Amino acid sequence: MAEVLVYVDHVDGAVRKPTLELLTLARRIGEPVAVHLGAGADEAAKVLGEHGAVKVLTADAAEFADYLVVPKVDALQAAYDAVSPAAVLVPSSAEGKEIAARLALRIGGGLITDAVDLEAGDEGPVATQSVFAASYSTKSRVTKGTPVITVKPNSAAPEAAPAAGTVEQLSVTFGKLATGTKVVSRTPRESTGRPELTEAAIVVSGGRGVNGAENFPLIEALADSLGGAVGASRAAVDAGWYPHTNQVGQTGKSVSPQLYIAAGISGAIQHRAGMQTSKTIVAINKDEEAPIFELVDYGVVGDLFQVVPQLTDEVKTRKG
Amino acid sequence: MSLRIVVCVKYVPDATGDRHFAEDLTVDRDDVDGLLSELDEYAVEQALQIADEADSEDAAEITVLTVGPEDAKDALRKALSMGAHKAVHVEDEDLHGTDALGTSLVLAKAVEHVGYDLVICGMASTDGGMGVLPALLAERLGVPQVSLLSEVSVDGTTVTGRRDGDAASEQLEASLPAVVSVTDQSGEARYPSFKGIMAAKKKPVESLDLSDLGIEADEVGLDGAWTKVDSATERPARTAGTIVKDEGEGGKQLAEFLAGQKFI
Ligand SMILES: Cc1cc2nc3c(=O)[nH]c(=O)nc-3n(C[C@H](O)[C@H](O)[C@H](O)COP(=O)(O)OP(=O)(O)OC[C@H]3O[C@@H](n4cnc5c(N)ncnc54)[C@H](O)[C@@H]3O)c2cc1C
Ligand SMILES: Nc1ncnc2c1ncn2[C@@H]1O[C@H](COP(=O)(O)O)[C@@H](O)[C@H]1O
Repeated sequence: MAEVLVYVDHVDGAVRKPTLELLTLARRIGEPVAVHLGAGADEAAKVLGEHGAVKVLTADAAEFADYLVVPKVDALQAAYDAVSPAAVLVPSSAEGKEIAARLALRIGGGLITDAVDLEAGDEGPVATQSVFAASYSTKSRVTKGTPVITVKPNSAAPEAAPAAGTVEQLSVTFGKLATGTKVVSRTPRESTGRPELTEAAIVVSGGRGVNGAENFPLIEALADSLGGAVGASRAAVDAGWYPHTNQVGQTGKSVSPQLYIAAGISGAIQHRAGMQTSKTIVAINKDEEAPIFELVDYGVVGDLFQVVPQLTDEVKTRKG
Repeated sequence: MSLRIVVCVKYVPDATGDRHFAEDLTVDRDDVDGLLSELDEYAVEQALQIADEADSEDAAEITVLTVGPEDAKDALRKALSMGAHKAVHVEDEDLHGTDALGTSLVLAKAVEHVGYDLVICGMASTDGGMGVLPALLAERLGVPQVSLLSEVSVDGTTVTGRRDGDAASEQLEASLPAVVSVTDQSGEARYPSFKGIMAAKKKPVESLDLSDLGIEADEVGLDGAWTKVDSATERPARTAGTIVKDEGEGGKQLAEFLAGQKFI
């Protein structure tokens, strides 16, 4: 069976959930071979193997952390040369897309970004994409070279599928461009202890209606009662009430949780672009004309300062 | 020697309008109003700021570049009225349906034709929104990629900037020539002044076609694309949900709904 390269997104060997989803999708096309760059390959290999990776190709070098993007492209290309896969799958993060694009250009293969589903087709993998703020769904395929496809988080449920997950060293020679952009310093983000926004099953977002940073704890409390992540509209982020990393929408994160709750958000097209594919959508807004209500499964027209705390209390009571 | 800055700007269908696909499954650019992609205004703004910070008035020359249909001139005019010095428009019938890899080829050739020390792009186009062109352009030009910056500055022949990623915020540094992309966190774009709008009318716009850039028709366009859209289906409108007015029990009613859906 043909092999499919899967680029692993991880933090020191802790594999992030979107990679496990990719392994599930990869098995529809062929045998997944994971590419793990940086530290922690042995730890990662266990999880990758449990989810279907027959092999884990790994390389560790200072270049991966010290220079932007290109060293990882060099390594992924080395894996491509070693395996000659039927397709290359990369998680759709900002960095993932850049890596995928440069690889596609180098190997002369077509590029599809932000797939939300993937199936095998007669003429290679068929990718589903959600475009124009999710108002259209398209099916595309690559017609030249090896397909390079980036896949959004929450595109499939990770399935256990035990495979060998044998770790093999990958030998990488860095090209001249690899050291072009130096990472001079790095300030890691503080962990909030909440689920990752793009991976969370439940997201609670606040907008301009939250009316100040001092009120965001209301949104956080609701998120915490449900075990969810916290999001924000651009208006709330631009006002400095919540960090940009939590922005949902066209220029922020795109989320696709089981449940999305929007409080004090009007539902502008650019916000919708990042949440429209959520399974269940709920909104709380005092303006019954707010466009967000066109999307909702359940909406409450009311003051969020009344509704949100009451909801949080009720959730806590019901959960005991 | 002045710093030669090329800003890549895209003309896109208005996102607040009704966007559709044409029969050949390319983006319908005829029936919708277009404009300069808002995210590329940030790129123009950063170019202007870098030029402002340069020592003397002619220390930097800003060229705005677009690849797109006739109407894409509107995007160039807007950028010129913001303060860019000159414009280059690559237009050719054979470009219809070009994919990202093809567009990067055209942009790379055009950037080389203009001559550059620094290329500045937006973070993503607001229509296709792949966010890959800056990386592709850097790969093609063989220069450093310094992308997704929320802060950028140029000092001599060094470009530095801050990239706010998911896991960390990184301070980056590269030597010119380089390709940069900036996010919408990099600073509000200025509005064109009346004087700027008038001045823009006299600024030079160079038109180029594929043969000017030495590109063959079959390297671009629908036929040259390495990907194919087989179908585009309009997403069914979401079925109307339940909407209640809060009369004191709104939070509890919502909890009831969430419990019914097994979220609690
Ligand atoms: C290129 C571009 C990219 C963009 N990218 C994004 C993006 O990624 N994400 C994004 O979110 N936006 C984005 N925007 C901005 C977007 O157009 C909207 O301006 C933004 O989403 C508005 O945020 P909001 O809904 O919080 O604010 P508003 O539109 O001001 O809405 C606030 C809502 O809160 C309600 N409200 C007020 N008080 C209360 C209360 N006490 N109780 C209940 N409801 C209340 C109001 O009725 C109103 O509907 C982008 C715009 C552009 C041009
Ligand atoms: N047709 C085009 N003409 C000029 N610049 C473009 C074009 N397409 C994309 N760009 C630039 O590349 C950036 C990223 O675009 P994209 O990869 O399409 O999301 C945009 O913000 C522009 O700066």
